[in-house]
Amino acid sequence: MAELTLVEAINDAFHTELGRDESVLVMGEDVGRAGGVFRATAGLRDKFGADRCVDTPLAEAGILGAAVGLCMAGWRPVCEMQYDAFSYPCLDQLITHVGRYRWRTRGGMGFPLVVRMPYGGGVRAPELHDDSPEAYYAHTPGVKVAIPSTPADAKGLLAAAIRDPDPVIVLEPKLHYRTMRGEVPAGEHVVPLGEARLAREGDDATIVAYGSMVPVAERAAEALEGEASIEVLDIRTLKPLDEGALLASAGKTGRVVIVQEAPRTAGYGAELAAILAEKAMLDLRAPVIRVTGYDVPYPYWQIEDAYMPSVERVVAAVRKTLEF
Amino acid sequence: MAQTLRVPGSHELRRVIGDGEAIPDGEVEGLEERDLLELYRSMVLLRTYDERSVVFHRQGRVGTYAIFWNHEAMQAGSAYALERGDWIFPSYRESAIGLLRGMPVSTVLSWWRGHPSGWWNPLDYNVASICVPIGTHVPHAAGLAWGKKLRGESGCAIAYFGDGATSEGSFHEGANFAGVMRAPLILFCNNNQWAISTPLAAQTAAETLADKAVGYGIPGVRVDGGDVLAVFEATREAVARARAGDGPTFIEAVSYRTAPHATADDPRAYIDLERVEEEKARECLGRYEAYLQRAGVLSDELAEATRAEAAEALRSGIAAAEAEPPADVALLFEHAYAAPPASFAAELAELRELLDG
Repeated sequence: MAELTLVEAINDAFHTELGRDESVLVMGEDVGRAGGVFRATAGLRDKFGADRCVDTPLAEAGILGAAVGLCMAGWRPVCEMQYDAFSYPCLDQLITHVGRYRWRTRGGMGFPLVVRMPYGGGVRAPELHDDSPEAYYAHTPGVKVAIPSTPADAKGLLAAAIRDPDPVIVLEPKLHYRTMRGEVPAGEHVVPLGEARLAREGDDATIVAYGSMVPVAERAAEALEGEASIEVLDIRTLKPLDEGALLASAGKTGRVVIVQEAPRTAGYGAELAAILAEKAMLDLRAPVIRVTGYDVPYPYWQIEDAYMPSVERVVAAVRKTLEF
Repeated sequence: MAQTLRVPGSHELRRVIGDGEAIPDGEVEGLEERDLLELYRSMVLLRTYDERSVVFHRQGRVGTYAIFWNHEAMQAGSAYALERGDWIFPSYRESAIGLLRGMPVSTVLSWWRGHPSGWWNPLDYNVASICVPIGTHVPHAAGLAWGKKLRGESGCAIAYFGDGATSEGSFHEGANFAGVMRAPLILFCNNNQWAISTPLAAQTAAETLADKAVGYGIPGVRVDGGDVLAVFEATREAVARARAGDGPTFIEAVSYRTAPHATADDPRAYIDLERVEEEKARECLGRYEAYLQRAGVLSDELAEATRAEAAEALRSGIAAAEAEPPADVALLFEHAYAAPPASFAAELAELRELLDG
């Protein structure tokens, strides 16, 4: 075990997976010579060559579209989108082709590609460097979506995504790229897609979160210590969802608060809430509450902290369910 | 042989087939009589497929269908310049191009009938799935060609798209990608001068579409899209460049859309009907037949036999397509993922219970 930052853990995953499988290649804007604007791909070009760590033209739809063709030629491309909101042009390829091509060939061809990107706010950045676009991706049939919250999971989920036979989108909490350190297993480390992580055990209420909101949920649970025993469920994979873990925790505590950084309406939290309404109604002792970003463009960074779900907002929501 | 790398501003259309009067017939070096007749068979098969499909549509036997009448020379001529291992990326206008790779007629008809048997495995023919949105397959072809090159394989790819597609961002991104990676790719633009009702002049201010190639640092070639031999020759040169490691080529094949965009379209609202009649009079299959007759290669008997063979392929093709058993609803849940999520089985069971009453 080594203590790594979250972005170092991603880099570690790349070195391991490119070394393990010669058909894996990394492509994107500035991933080669620069090693990525966050250095997630640092050292890959030197170690594996310019053909396995490719600086592409500045063209997000072109990158993902070319990745489709690379899959057809037998490669397993891992595409970097430089920032969350810069990935939107690639949604065209994602929706019209990436999620459909296996189906279109009736299973004849696989598209084992990965799209990864830094996501989320709190980093005092210019506009469109702060979005949480997971719902757009999770809504697309044929693709899977994972969001790690710890360095170990950042490595393990990326490895799982690279090895998966289907397209996987990995969103990485950029706020924690360098601010979070943790123990990361050396060598091959795979966290299977579709398995949630119980980040903290508790009895009175569950906070469900993913990515950058997991630490917020954990701090809220700490703040409530002595008052109530709070469980924190890090779902890690949005699609396929570990529904069993969600229902088990809801069944145990009977109270659920869902935290998402993205805007509220039709966000991923709504999906979680709907599943609880459909399948856990009789276990619930209080309405499910969502704590989310607001339905506004991600704000000017001088007031972004007021937009982000905070420990205080989460604590208030948990208290509401406890007092219901 | 015309020079491949054209200078912007020289807009000459490459032609081989003459008009039987003032313009003399040319020849394509290396094409023998059996090649000429194979090209003819391909064009007749495509023409017959297209004409019968319109009839089948009127009879309610195929759904909405994108007509490619007068595009056969572009498709047959370019495809004949490829090796079997090279990849074809068709748009919906080239829906039947797989027939030239041995795909059953019933498969293509089934696609237009919305039956799952129409969704082929591209690996069986090296023909990618039909791209329905405009131009979004260009990056796929660029990626595949680049990927083959990275693997040290010799194959190349061809992407077909129309004049309207050159306005799309994905065309630009794909062409630029291919140029930068020097991918062995042929960008084949069938410029039929109409994108549904939008004429070329409303699509671009460029003097020619081939001029766009300059911006990607690749050669652009203009060819008469109604001249199957000129199309073949231009594509063969592009393929040779690709195989030699010299990167992509943009081919602008100029033709005219004499038919509606699709069976759901009525062009009388926007098209010049006189021009359509003029273009119909010089449609590509008739021109090639006349060329072959002047060359003494095609007899009336052989022409008749070729048409009869194609007609029979369509008769048996539609019969086979209509004999496909109804698609099972279980297919709703298959192939979206390598391993379907657990929820799919439960949803299928629930659906079956409702359907079976």
